[in-house]
Amino acid sequence: MKMYLALLALAAPSAAWAADSVSLTSEVLVEYVKQQADGSSRVVREEPKVVTPGDKLVFLLSYRNGGAQPAGGFVVTNPIPPEVAFSGGESEGAIVSVDGGKSWGPLPSLKVANADGSVRPATPDDVTHIRWSFAQPIEAGRAGQLSFRGVVK
Amino acid sequence: MRYQPMGAKSRAFTNKAVIAAATLASAGAFASPAMAAGTPAGTNIDNVATATWELPSGGESSVDSNVVSLKVDELLDVTVASTDPGDVVTQPGLPSQLLSYRITNAGNGPEKFGLSAIANSGGDQFDPSVTAIFLDTNGNGAFDAGLDTLYSAGANDPQLAPDQSIAVFVLSTIPLLLQDGDRGRVDLAAVAKTGSGDPGDSFAGLGEGGGDAVVGATGADGLDDGYYRVSAASVSFVKAATVADQFGGASQVPGATITYTLTATVAGSGSLANLRVSDSVPAGTTYTPASITLDGAPLSDASDADAGSFNGTGISVGLGTVAAGATRKITFKVKID
Repeated sequence: MKMYLALLALAAPSAAWAADSVSLTSEVLVEYVKQQADGSSRVVREEPKVVTPGDKLVFLLSYRNGGAQPAGGFVVTNPIPPEVAFSGGESEGAIVSVDGGKSWGPLPSLKVANADGSVRPATPDDVTHIRWSFAQPIEAGRAGQLSFRGVVK
Repeated sequence: MRYQPMGAKSRAFTNKAVIAAATLASAGAFASPAMAAGTPAGTNIDNVATATWELPSGGESSVDSNVVSLKVDELLDVTVASTDPGDVVTQPGLPSQLLSYRITNAGNGPEKFGLSAIANSGGDQFDPSVTAIFLDTNGNGAFDAGLDTLYSAGANDPQLAPDQSIAVFVLSTIPLLLQDGDRGRVDLAAVAKTGSGDPGDSFAGLGEGGGDAVVGATGADGLDDGYYRVSAASVSFVKAATVADQFGGASQVPGATITYTLTATVAGSGSLANLRVSDSVPAGTTYTPASITLDGAPLSDASDADAGSFNGTGISVGLGTVAAGATRKITFKVKID
């Protein structure tokens, strides 16, 4: 019995790897303006160890179709961490949600209810999720990168 | 990286992921209400993205990205603001004159602040003598002698939560010998006990939650000035004389009458109480009885209910309380012996 369980445990991951096709890697970089020795300034992106409120973040999502088949209906979704205010800069074709992922659309098309029941246009601050839906399949072997920006609340 | 093969199972996983994200969002919103000071120090920001796609065989597959976790460090920020609506009006020599300030923890972690009052910063006409700093212990924003706590640097430095503020009161004695309108400045400074310096300076391991503490835009020290303004009235006298001789001329001959006019002008601000004008009758002249007038109205020579009197050597007129800006004109006459 014990041995059977062990075999099952082994079997599950190997089955998964056999069908491996698509990978998604998330990176978060902090962006700041660095003064150069010659007095000019340059925008620097680096991997932060820690952040403080107000830091500007760049979210990078790298996808790769490592399988043999095209991946159709490809959708990448990133819930914005609650401690981060979305600040635009998104790769082309993104739609967003301002209600926790219930409804989606380009930001200018979305509305947010005020406390008094009236409705106002949604702002970047309201964004809870960002999503890219690819019209074309991701061909085998193809990779790409998506990005958006946020600010630590 | 996690991978889920296909079919109903993977759909269930996708849904779970979304639910998990939604829960995270609401829990996060609860833990960090919209605060000016920002995300509390020690919070972890976790980012995960999900990719889904259709399989050629039908069904859907999905994969989560790695989790990127960033720790939010403590930002050290403080602001100090004078809460007096303007200069605090005072008078020379008065003790326990009050200036009010408010100190706000603009950082994202609980922090203690050291306070100091600086009275010799310049930009004023006098240095108030600061006698005490009080903390608004009962939180009513007003100084309550006997209720609010005397501040003692290092002993009871106020600890403030992010966005929390406290009213602080500075009591000073005003020096003597000041002019009306003189201003005395007192700066109240608050410095984060963890450290201060240039924005971006960091103190390893000293932040809330074990991270670093990083100096924010305020330099982790705040300062604002409050002013006392002296309201003092002063009086100036002008004495003028006109001579009328008994021949219709203006010669100073025996028998001529001299009319003295004393003009008292109160300048500055406020008022002068119990102002009294006295003048002696010059030698070689004799006072003309019942010749005292105040602003044109005659006064009697006796020390009685009216303001004027003559005591045999000089006249005296009591003006009572005279407000700044007012002028009183007194006349009396003498005859040259």
